[in-house]
Amino acid sequence: MNGARVEAIVIGASAGAVQALSRMLPALPGDFPVPILVVVHVPPGRSNALVPLLDGRCAIAVKEAEDKEPIRPGVYFAPADYHLLVERDRTLALSSDDLVLFSRPSVDVLFESAAEVYGENLLGIVLTGANDDGSAGLRAICDAGGAALIEDPDRAYAAAMPSAALVACSGALTMPLESIAAYLVELADA
Amino acid sequence: MSPAPLEDLETRLLLEAIYQRYHYDFRSYAQASLRRRLRQARDQMGYASLSALQEALLHDPAILPKLLDYLTVQVSEMFRDPGYYRALREKVIPHLRTYPSLKIWIAGCSTGEELYSFVIMMREEGLEDRTLFYATDINQRALESAASGVFALDRIKSFTENHQKSGGKSSLSDYYTANYGRAVFDKALRNRVVFSDHSLVTDAVFGEMHLISCRNVMIYFDRDFQDRALGLFKDSLARKGFLGLGAKESLRFSEHAPAFSEFDRTERIYQRRAA
Repeated sequence: MNGARVEAIVIGASAGAVQALSRMLPALPGDFPVPILVVVHVPPGRSNALVPLLDGRCAIAVKEAEDKEPIRPGVYFAPADYHLLVERDRTLALSSDDLVLFSRPSVDVLFESAAEVYGENLLGIVLTGANDDGSAGLRAICDAGGAALIEDPDRAYAAAMPSAALVACSGALTMPLESIAAYLVELADA
Repeated sequence: MSPAPLEDLETRLLLEAIYQRYHYDFRSYAQASLRRRLRQARDQMGYASLSALQEALLHDPAILPKLLDYLTVQVSEMFRDPGYYRALREKVIPHLRTYPSLKIWIAGCSTGEELYSFVIMMREEGLEDRTLFYATDINQRALESAASGVFALDRIKSFTENHQKSGGKSSLSDYYTANYGRAVFDKALRNRVVFSDHSLVTDAVFGEMHLISCRNVMIYFDRDFQDRALGLFKDSLARKGFLGLGAKESLRFSEHAPAFSEFDRTERIYQRRAA
């Protein structure tokens, strides 16, 4: 990793996301100090059932992101049918702009806007998924000096998204899902 | 060194130029989305930088409408969020029925999806004849598109599903004819519609409305602009008039919140207090 202090973590996941996040996020302590922003592809018209599900299982606070909300420690999910972005004053922004790569919310939109704001102090994580959303965003994070972490495609539920991210960002660290939470805790303590 | 600070400077200068030269005020739009849209405009319109775009824009007014399309056009769906329309039918329309004449304002109507949804709903509820619909937007080309009532045929499937889920009492196909890949909506739907070029940020109060629907417009504003627009809605609403917002918008942080009561929390429908 780049050695810079991590001030925010962004995560993108698609097919297999529910299982992956249900394993990863409950392993974080309640006082995990770094804000985590998450985009999961959810079909429009479906409310994000993942938020109450995870909030019940996690020590760390899990909520749906609200427009213009200040970013604090905790996990924020993009609402279904809205893009999630980060503003320079470190508040969250929602938009109902066009789909990007057939997706709204889009992982790329979150990652690119977060990269602009946090620069080298950002960690981007691409998990399981069956499309290539997130690749351009992870590339933007690397280009801005931030750190990139990819779930090992060989062991992910769906390999396409992590594989594409690895092509776009070949210097990224890869690890199996079950190692990621411990890695984040170590990173936050450092 | 990251290029962001230079691009921020170019963005500020460009927005100032648009305001000074053409009086469209994007200076207090939420910046993260705006930057995305500006970059898209720059790349697709073929400029190497935002300052190059600015130079062209200052000298050639014909560029402005093209840029406005990037900055303002919002592609929506008819009966988007069917639960919103269902709540209007079941909870708001019983109140509206008690008035002999009605005014409904679709603020930021863009290319008209929400407007046609409202007209069709009011026709189904037997209230179209006593209603005047005001459809406003700052983008003249979007208004023209709305006034044409033409939508791509491949969008009709989702419009139809939404319409049914919204409690639609007729078939959406009653209102359009399919023609060479396009759905052309019946011009009679526009008999009671007034289209108008209007800015929520710089223009004035708009009549005595019974219902204002402004969805996914204010999330693009910063807090100051939001408060300006909400003040405008407050002053444009009749006593006990209704205000409908987007699924992720609320009055919670606004100085105007006390002037409204929460009428349907889930569907973000508010009612102007009597006093």
